[in-house]
Amino acid sequence: MQPIAWQISLVLMTLVAFGFAFVAINSGRRQEDYAPLQKSAYRLRTRLFWGLVLVFGPAMIYTLLDLPYDAARARTGSGAVQVVDATGYQWRWELSRDHVAAGQPVEFRVTSADVNHGFGIYDANLHLVAQTQAMPGYTNTLRHTFTEAGTYKVLCMEYCGVAHHNMMTEIRVVAQ
Amino acid sequence: MATYTYEHTPDHGAKAGVLAYLATSAAVLLLMMVFGLLMRLEQAQWISIGADRFYELMTLHGAGMVGIAAIAGASVMWHFLRQYVDLSSRIFIANLVLFLAGVVMILGSVLIGHFHGAWTFLFPLPGKSMGMWSPGAAALFMGGLLVIGVGFLLLHLDIARAIVARYGNFARALGWPQLFGHDDGKAPPPTVVASAMVTIVNVIGLVVGASILTMMLVNLYVPGFDIDPLLAKGMIYFFGHIFINATIYMAVIAVYEILPRYTQRPWKSNKVFLASWTASTLMVMFIFPHHLLMDFAFPKWMLVMGHVIGYLNTVPILVVTGYGALMIVYRSGIRWDMASKLLFLSLFGWAAGAMPAFIDGTITVNYVMHNTLWVPGHFHTYLLLGMVTMVFGFMYYLGKPDHEADDRLLDRIAFWLFTSSVLGFTLSFLYSGKESVARRYAAHLPEWVPYDRIGAVFAMLVIASSLLFIVRFFSRIGLARHDYQRAPVARAATA
Repeated sequence: MQPIAWQISLVLMTLVAFGFAFVAINSGRRQEDYAPLQKSAYRLRTRLFWGLVLVFGPAMIYTLLDLPYDAARARTGSGAVQVVDATGYQWRWELSRDHVAAGQPVEFRVTSADVNHGFGIYDANLHLVAQTQAMPGYTNTLRHTFTEAGTYKVLCMEYCGVAHHNMMTEIRVVAQ
Repeated sequence: MATYTYEHTPDHGAKAGVLAYLATSAAVLLLMMVFGLLMRLEQAQWISIGADRFYELMTLHGAGMVGIAAIAGASVMWHFLRQYVDLSSRIFIANLVLFLAGVVMILGSVLIGHFHGAWTFLFPLPGKSMGMWSPGAAALFMGGLLVIGVGFLLLHLDIARAIVARYGNFARALGWPQLFGHDDGKAPPPTVVASAMVTIVNVIGLVVGASILTMMLVNLYVPGFDIDPLLAKGMIYFFGHIFINATIYMAVIAVYEILPRYTQRPWKSNKVFLASWTASTLMVMFIFPHHLLMDFAFPKWMLVMGHVIGYLNTVPILVVTGYGALMIVYRSGIRWDMASKLLFLSLFGWAAGAMPAFIDGTITVNYVMHNTLWVPGHFHTYLLLGMVTMVFGFMYYLGKPDHEADDRLLDRIAFWLFTSSVLGFTLSFLYSGKESVARRYAAHLPEWVPYDRIGAVFAMLVIASSLLFIVRFFSRIGLARHDYQRAPVARAATA
């Protein structure tokens, strides 16, 4: 997901840059009569508007179909749900178990005993694969199926004080 | 039917109060940039200041940058709006005095009391420091924010009074008779429309912000006065999102007012313009759940609303304001100088920064990018290359010696250095976000350090170029008060 977001952002930012560069390059010679220019620019703007609607509209709806709060991320797994209770403290994590099986859905029930924390799961390559906020008084349920075995890191994703960056633990994902 | 002929308007110098606002903004901006650089250098492992000092700088950097963005944006809005409505200079100055009082309180809280709960003061962190700061230090910080908020509320109430006195009500100030009825070409100018929008959203945002700050202040000393952390988070992000976004909506007035003088083409409040500002008024208030997408306990419909509005919100930026600038500049014969270049660049920065922002607001993306450096990546793009660049453009405009004065070579070099280094700086953040680097970490994992080093180098270049812009502003501040033509006349059409 991250590389896709990066590439789409770069493409869109570059398109915006091209638009501004094109106009800057074509700004020197004046067309005195603004009315016809304005008319054609408005026509182009209408097309641009509908172009945005046609491209971003379906993207907006399509990305909504896969809501993370539901079982979407655990859909690929099979077998009984493995429940892990995770509680954030300043500045440590307490997990009810330190290992889960790959290919089998996991349900992290995440909360906090003190302030806001963020429960972020990083794979062996240090890429974020899932997260939710850990809030006092609330339990956020994060459902995920690990496809690869290995040691995953849990990092804090919400600033929680002076040792925020040290608030890490590990969870082992074992092959079935 | 509205007419679209350009009518020259006299070029007023800035009041002393506007210059005091800008001078404060420039000085604090530079200091906060240095604080930001120190944070990047610490992450890059090129200096060692320690985690507690890092988070103190982070708290000051956040609060300071939001504060001066608001002060600088307010100065742009007030300078141009007073040419249409009768504003109170005393209240304008009172806001600056209250701002400075708030700044002193915040500095005391952080530098003496060692408060480092971040500018977002998420409940209940200010009251639960594990002994790192006292309740008094937290109270001083939140009290400082409250004092600053009261100042801005006063300013906006005065603006509301002046707008209502001139236009009768906010519906007319937003051009609703022309938007929903016949466009007779008599809609208020863009400056008034934008100021009306900012006033509406900021008054609501500030009241919500002041409410949660007051609740948290009570909770500090009366813990039995319990606060729901999710409600607190929602209120903080509602206020925070509105307040920081309003700074761009205020600063963009400089573009609406100044670019037409360079192109001798009008920027009119037509139906599309009015529709976009009315839509933005609503969207800026209802988009805040996109900060809470990873709070699964938050009502799901509100999270979906944040996702949807995140997409819709880009339309006015791209299709109305960004495109509007392209329209009036295209084949205009504009004579580029530092002011016009910076203002044009600022709209690119705003539009470009909106791209990674709305992508981050996509729920499935947010799931793996929330609270990574992707977030400062996009907001530094539209705030530094957008909002701050608008203010730099305004500063150059006010200090331009005369309409035919040429820019110095050093300024031209600084413009390109600024443009390229801000892009390098923000892209280093965005790339770090792509690599899942968590934000607000005093110490980074070894794998992340190379990105920090690249970012730190670009940050130094950003500061060097900004320093030149600011020095130039201060060296020409005497000119800024005078009334004279600053914008060069566009080249005449050739046969």
